[in-house]
Amino acid sequence: MKRELRLMKGNEAIAEAAIRAGCDGYFGYPITPQSEILEYLMEEKPHERTGMVVLQAESEVAAINMVYGGAGCGKKVMTSSSSPGISLKQEGLSYIAGAELPCLVVNIVRGGPGLGTIQPAQSDYFQAVKGGGHGDYKLLVLAPASVQEMADFVELGFELAFKYRNPVMILSDGIIGQMMEKVYLNPQKERSSENLEWATTGKPAGSERTIITSLELDSAKQEVFNQKLIDKYREMERSEVRVEEFQTEDADYLLVSYGSSARICQRAVDLARAEGLKVGLIRLITLFPFPKKRLEELAGSVKGMMAVEMSAGQMVEDVMLSVCGKVPVVHFGRMGGIIPTPEEVIENLKTKIIGG
Amino acid sequence: MSESFDKKSMIDEANLAYKKSEVMTENVLSYCPGCGHGTAHRLIAEVIEEGDLQDKTIGVCPVGCSVLMYNSLDIDMQQAAHGRAPAVATAVKRLMPEKFVFTYQGDGDLAAIGTAETLHACNRGENFLIVFINNAIYGMTGGQMAPTTLPGMRSSTSPHGRDTILMGNPLKMTELVAKLPGTYFVTRQSVHTPAAVRKTKKALRKAVEYQQQSKGTCFIEIVSNCPSGWKMTALQSNEWMEENMFPFYPLGDIKVPEE
Ligand SMILES: Cc1ncc(C[n+]2csc(CCOP(=O)(O)OP(=O)(O)O)c2C)c(N)n1
Ligand code: SF4
Repeated sequence: MKRELRLMKGNEAIAEAAIRAGCDGYFGYPITPQSEILEYLMEEKPHERTGMVVLQAESEVAAINMVYGGAGCGKKVMTSSSSPGISLKQEGLSYIAGAELPCLVVNIVRGGPGLGTIQPAQSDYFQAVKGGGHGDYKLLVLAPASVQEMADFVELGFELAFKYRNPVMILSDGIIGQMMEKVYLNPQKERSSENLEWATTGKPAGSERTIITSLELDSAKQEVFNQKLIDKYREMERSEVRVEEFQTEDADYLLVSYGSSARICQRAVDLARAEGLKVGLIRLITLFPFPKKRLEELAGSVKGMMAVEMSAGQMVEDVMLSVCGKVPVVHFGRMGGIIPTPEEVIENLKTKIIGG
Repeated sequence: MSESFDKKSMIDEANLAYKKSEVMTENVLSYCPGCGHGTAHRLIAEVIEEGDLQDKTIGVCPVGCSVLMYNSLDIDMQQAAHGRAPAVATAVKRLMPEKFVFTYQGDGDLAAIGTAETLHACNRGENFLIVFINNAIYGMTGGQMAPTTLPGMRSSTSPHGRDTILMGNPLKMTELVAKLPGTYFVTRQSVHTPAAVRKTKKALRKAVEYQQQSKGTCFIEIVSNCPSGWKMTALQSNEWMEENMFPFYPLGDIKVPEE
């Protein structure tokens, strides 16, 4: 497969990858630091390139409900936003999960709470991996750490969304959204014209009608449905966990991180090794499903773990749950849009784990 | 349906004024006796059947008493979040432009929580039909004040009558959307008498025709009753509607295409 090499911003890579993945519809609302996605799409006239529909909605609420409508027709549809806008989408996401519809949602996270800052953060982890909206449901969450992965995870995200009929979120941040890197882009995929049997495409004569709904007034049936969702999430945990490891084989101390923080940690590992400290890194690519098993295994070989994330400490709770107290787990993070340095990471590792 | 209810023995074919549309399912309607929702459903089903549109229709019903509309109509349907049907329908129509798409929304849905989605869909001129059931109350949740509740009208959240200084004025969404460039056909009808039913059906037929020509948004308000929410019998509610609702929400076409 011949891939085209381009120099792009992370946000642009998502947009271009969406057109090339055969996406049928994008619905979004401007917000920094992700507006380039909608801007790039409008500039590219995907309607002429592939027939893809792109619409600037009146709000994030409208955009996610447009995604619901398009997904209900069996179409490959997506939306993108940043933290405050993603909060507005939560009811819609809950409906999409409850109606078992596939879609892709991109969150280019900025610091909060409230209007917060337009600078990058990783403070929407809980919202992304624990459900976010009301009711028992999960999103499958992918965390890219490069512009290349921003592009690659669009296609992967759609694939997983349709495999599980579940919303998939790309959880990124303003660093990766705004930075430019080289990226290899896949060739154009054709948009699918297939009529999926669960989708509303007009009831063909002589066959059953299709209903897209998340409503079930019979509690017994609702519980059966809840169990079905749980089974789906367990299957994701068995089959879809993705991580990348750096120098974990002989590591005494483990950094656990994702997205742009993981890139900083990678540099921190090199610096620590140069000092003679045996530090390794596990970079989480899927945040849900969470790599519980692998962390549990690593807890058997390391002396301690430090979760590094640009938040007050969110992912660290899942790390603690995974290792069940076998080794000490601490957190290091900067907030408010401050990006940690590799030196700070090592310093904190020394004071919080190695020295303590 | 209960076994003891034998339609054949109860309904003599010779006396039938009309037949149940093939586009209605056998499911029992979930509405209170005398409620206008059921009649409105029937008319939509008939128009779909007459237009041979069953395989081309995608309906969107949001939250409200009509949330279970998909149990009554034998067509593909999507159930939308409260207020969001016009956003859902926007994507359905844009991604399936050859289909006939409609939303069916209550007044709480369309004129309160979903005001933005409704106005913007109409303003963009999305090519679908909005059927707006205005019963001046929140039926499903037990009779609370709606954006369309009349001044002085009682509801469970305006138990002393709607005080417009405290609670604001009723919103005439239909007049509002008629002003927008995206709407093509805007009318206000009712379904409480045989004559009114015929007029509403005619309006629905026109809307279906205009939709097929992709002329913009069609908007049909049906001023309707809510005997349970209004705490009246079905007959009383229809009289009350004529005396109180129609003067405030006058029936008739508001925006018609230039011939
Ligand atoms: C986000 C949200 N808020 C509130 C509700 C509760 N709710 C359900 S239906 C409804 C109002 C229904 O009134 P209307 O739209 O006028 O339809 P009707 O039942 O009268 O036909 C409300 C407030 C909900 N389901 N979702
Ligand atoms: S509550 Fe009112 S609107 Fe709802 S079904 Fe009963 S009468 Fe009709």
